[in-house]
Amino acid sequence: MNILIFTIFVWLGSMVAGFLGSLTGLGGGVVIIPLLTLVFGVDIRYAIGASLVSVIATSSGAAAAYVKEGFSNIRIGMFLEVATTIGALVGAFLALRLSTPSIAVIFGVVLIYSAFVSGQPRSEGPDIDKPDKLATFLEMNGTYPSSQGLKMYHARSVPLGFGLMFIAGIISGLLGIGSGALKVLAMDQVMRLPFKVSTATSNFMIGVTAAASAGIYLNKGYIDPGLTMPVMLGVLMGSSLGARHLFEAETQKLRMIFSVTIFLLALQMIYAGISGGILK
Amino acid sequence: MNNTSQRPEDHKIEVVIGNLLRAGVMIAAGVVFLGGIIYLFRHGLALASYTTFQRVPLDLCSVNGIMKNALSFHGRGLIQLGLLLLIATPVARVFFSIIASLRRRDALYVIVTTIVFAVLIYSLLNK
Repeated sequence: MNILIFTIFVWLGSMVAGFLGSLTGLGGGVVIIPLLTLVFGVDIRYAIGASLVSVIATSSGAAAAYVKEGFSNIRIGMFLEVATTIGALVGAFLALRLSTPSIAVIFGVVLIYSAFVSGQPRSEGPDIDKPDKLATFLEMNGTYPSSQGLKMYHARSVPLGFGLMFIAGIISGLLGIGSGALKVLAMDQVMRLPFKVSTATSNFMIGVTAAASAGIYLNKGYIDPGLTMPVMLGVLMGSSLGARHLFEAETQKLRMIFSVTIFLLALQMIYAGISGGILK
Repeated sequence: MNNTSQRPEDHKIEVVIGNLLRAGVMIAAGVVFLGGIIYLFRHGLALASYTTFQRVPLDLCSVNGIMKNALSFHGRGLIQLGLLLLIATPVARVFFSIIASLRRRDALYVIVTTIVFAVLIYSLLNK
């Protein structure tokens, strides 16, 4: 395949990945990396570099839209970024030392876990519990727009959420994904924030987390301009389309689409890692 | 009122920052696109080969090298410059958050955002 044709195909694929990624708040990386490695035969290290950069584009590009809609909680995001950025550094240094098949297998396992967790249904009833002391001290409680006007919510289990965010950071830095699944899990299931608040705040944090490892990847020569160009431009276009649908799309449907796609990709990544398809 | 935070001024600042970020991404994308056109024009008919990993050439990995290549209108150099601008947008966002927290005299979040900023700068300058 010549570079022109390759670029066009990668650009189109990245657009679809960006659309799905922003619709679910999980970033395009979870679809981009399997796409590049399994379909286009790209070495996973180039794929990680390209994905990481596109993840920043998605997050920064959509930030304005998310903030305007009023779902993202900036204070929670900033606080948890301490954990995700330090984790991302650890993850990037780990990636420089691990073999590519083991990275592929870890990638698959993380994806299956994400698919499983996001597939779990959870009711979105109003939160009537008393506010958590630590969360109140950190001024993390807030409101979000719903069909019945502004709804109050309270954050809880801040230390556990913080710990999970550190792990989310490591995974983001190691695999070149936004690690939105784990971020959403930490906020939605552990800190008990409404799903749409978790999704929007996760999007907000993803760019900063990815930037923490992108610097290292750039210095180590993982970010190839020829490959990253169509990936970044494609993901950016796809994600700006996806962000427009966040408000209308139904939470349950979002989770189902995400879970099924991710599960299938994950199985293939693990198979490719074990069978030596990604062995270099 | 459409803000999640209990402080309306927070929301206003974030909207401004959000717009700045989007502008940063658009400029970065424009530079990448321009570089991409030059790159495809010159190398589009060569064979695509990403199956084996070779480190990207050193002069496309450092800020100095990227600037030199970009200023002489090399396609790959321009793309890297755009990507560098892109990586800089979240860093700028965190920097603005430090200033916003300072203006509110919110000591806790000044510390929080400064830690994040330090980690990002460390990563970019790491060799």
